[in-house]
Amino acid sequence: MSVLDQPSTPSFTRRQGWGLFWLLVAALFAWLIFAIWPDWLNAILISKKAFVSAIMNGITLAGLYFLVASGFTLVFGLMRNVNLAHGSLYLLGAYVGYEVASRTGYWLLGVAAGFVVLALVGLVMQVLVFRRLEGDDLRQTLVTIGISIVAADLMLAVWTGATYQILTPDWLDGAVKLPIISAIKSNGDAVYITYPFYRLVVLAAAIVIGVGLWLMLDRTRVGMMIRAGVDDRAMLSASGVNVHVVFAIVFAIGAGLAGFAGVVGGSALSVAPGEDVRYLLASLVVVIVGGMGSIPGAAIGALLIGLAEQIGLVYFPTYGIVLTFVIMVVVLAVRPQGIMGKAR
Amino acid sequence: MSAIANTSERPHAGAAISEAIGVPHAVLAAFLLVYPATASDFFIAQIGAYSLIFGTMALSLMLLAGYGGMVSLAQISVAGVAGYMVAVFGLNNTGVHGFGWPFWVLVPFATLVAAIASALIGWISVRTEGIYTIMITLAIATAFFYFAQQNYSLFNGHSGFAGLPAPEFWGVNWRSPTPFYYICLAVAVAAYIAVLYASRSTFGLALRATRDNQRRMRALGFNVTAVKVAAWFYAGIIAGLSGVLLVWFNGRISPGTIGVDVAIDVLVIAVIGGIRHPIGPFIGAVVFVLLRTFAIDLVGAERFNTLIGIVFLAIVFLSPDGILGLWGRIKPHLAQGSLRVGP
Repeated sequence: MSVLDQPSTPSFTRRQGWGLFWLLVAALFAWLIFAIWPDWLNAILISKKAFVSAIMNGITLAGLYFLVASGFTLVFGLMRNVNLAHGSLYLLGAYVGYEVASRTGYWLLGVAAGFVVLALVGLVMQVLVFRRLEGDDLRQTLVTIGISIVAADLMLAVWTGATYQILTPDWLDGAVKLPIISAIKSNGDAVYITYPFYRLVVLAAAIVIGVGLWLMLDRTRVGMMIRAGVDDRAMLSASGVNVHVVFAIVFAIGAGLAGFAGVVGGSALSVAPGEDVRYLLASLVVVIVGGMGSIPGAAIGALLIGLAEQIGLVYFPTYGIVLTFVIMVVVLAVRPQGIMGKAR
Repeated sequence: MSAIANTSERPHAGAAISEAIGVPHAVLAAFLLVYPATASDFFIAQIGAYSLIFGTMALSLMLLAGYGGMVSLAQISVAGVAGYMVAVFGLNNTGVHGFGWPFWVLVPFATLVAAIASALIGWISVRTEGIYTIMITLAIATAFFYFAQQNYSLFNGHSGFAGLPAPEFWGVNWRSPTPFYYICLAVAVAAYIAVLYASRSTFGLALRATRDNQRRMRALGFNVTAVKVAAWFYAGIIAGLSGVLLVWFNGRISPGTIGVDVAIDVLVIAVIGGIRHPIGPFIGAVVFVLLRTFAIDLVGAERFNTLIGIVFLAIVFLSPDGILGLWGRIKPHLAQGSLRVGP
């Protein structure tokens, strides 16, 4: 049953076939979102409201995961440094954001502080720690584990085990009506689905930052150096670029993004010890699924994992985490380097 | 798999073993055997047995990391699989499952399930190489922790299982400190000898050669994946046994037992001790358990993790081979010193 067995002039190519398949999937999905559901579908999928909010929550969570994982994947791609302290950076960012936002009263200041402070922390980590262990993957990883142990414990000492909520400003509160009808009332009025405005803002921020990262990597000189470094670090160094500066920039951006995500995520959800492990797991799985060192891969991985987690939460609550895990195993079995990863 | 099958036919294996039992081993064995006579119950169980359990668990990691170059963070999950099997198929007083199988069926069964789980984890993680293993196994360990926490039908969710008895036979309650210490010692010694023996067998040589140069081994006709997965299976047996001992020791198992912090503790133990030789994990476990027990006097009970984290960082920075590596570095100096003094 190889390619040779097929007729020499197939009616349509494999590529067209896949195109048609995805078009059908997209059409089905659009119908699921916009049509008013018949009763039998409501019976299978609980209700349209539950379904749509699972999808929306999944997508916004994916935005958050993307923010965390993009830094992780950049650092890994360039430096072969598996930063297992990335979750700690997220949590520290959230705490810093909380302190700044609650003391000054300006939420945006908290977000900025989360980014800047964590970027500085990342810079210090790179210069003081990782630069000394260059070329030794295992020791670098072990050091990040050590840092995460100490960081988690010190954060517990400072902020205790309490759960914090970063308050968002008024202009971000409230809900918006989505142009999606969930049901028709008996008097003929359509019931629209509402969704928290803040979560849509998180999603928008993730998209803007994703596009910004892509533009930076694709269009600027620094981005060119970073991409060259991902492909061949030794050659980049040989062509006269100071790779240590590039490394420091990337680590600062990666850590800063984790801190930014911490503040943004801490406002949407909550800040508590243990969140570091949760977001570390998310970053790991997103990056394993999406492919190491690839920003589009991180986006795809984040979307898959975010959706799987939220859909799992609604439809099979006690097995939700298994769905995430199954995605990871399937990707590893079919494409060990990840969906967008390059074979090394 | 042929490389594994013919290990037992090796003619010089016996000689290798007798060579391996040198003076240091004999002294150590004598000390460990008389240790309970000299120590209080607290030191026998909380320090002695506990160190041996975690040393055995870290030994399974040492087998993978030291000989196979595969650093796993999922050893506690493998141990946890065995522990949960003991809870589900043995006795518990939580009122969920608890089929009450006798221990001589239960222990081999739990160990086997753990070994199979380990082989599966290995099979997944050998799809990629090197540093990826650490990421994948950490993801697996974390996912298993959350799964055990969420799932009530099999793992009884957040509360887990309590009231898991250690067996009683020959009129001995094997959970009382001294007998339990000797069980742990027997398992640890058996695992230690097995790993030492395996490292000198053809299988161990194939595993180490795979670690050093996978492409060459493949070119020589070895099934590299099979060698690695077999290593995961053996490591799973060792980790599974330690998991059984752990639930007998605690009398309970819950998601907290197999949490990510514990997974990292196992790695910390192996790295502090040194992953180049099977004795390393046990040294690491003794240091770790002593630090944990007496951290109250040093930094207060609350900040133990900061202390152990800093010790860990210091070890990773100063001596990649752990305490064994430190010893290896000091030893030549001592020898030279004595030479200089001599004439």
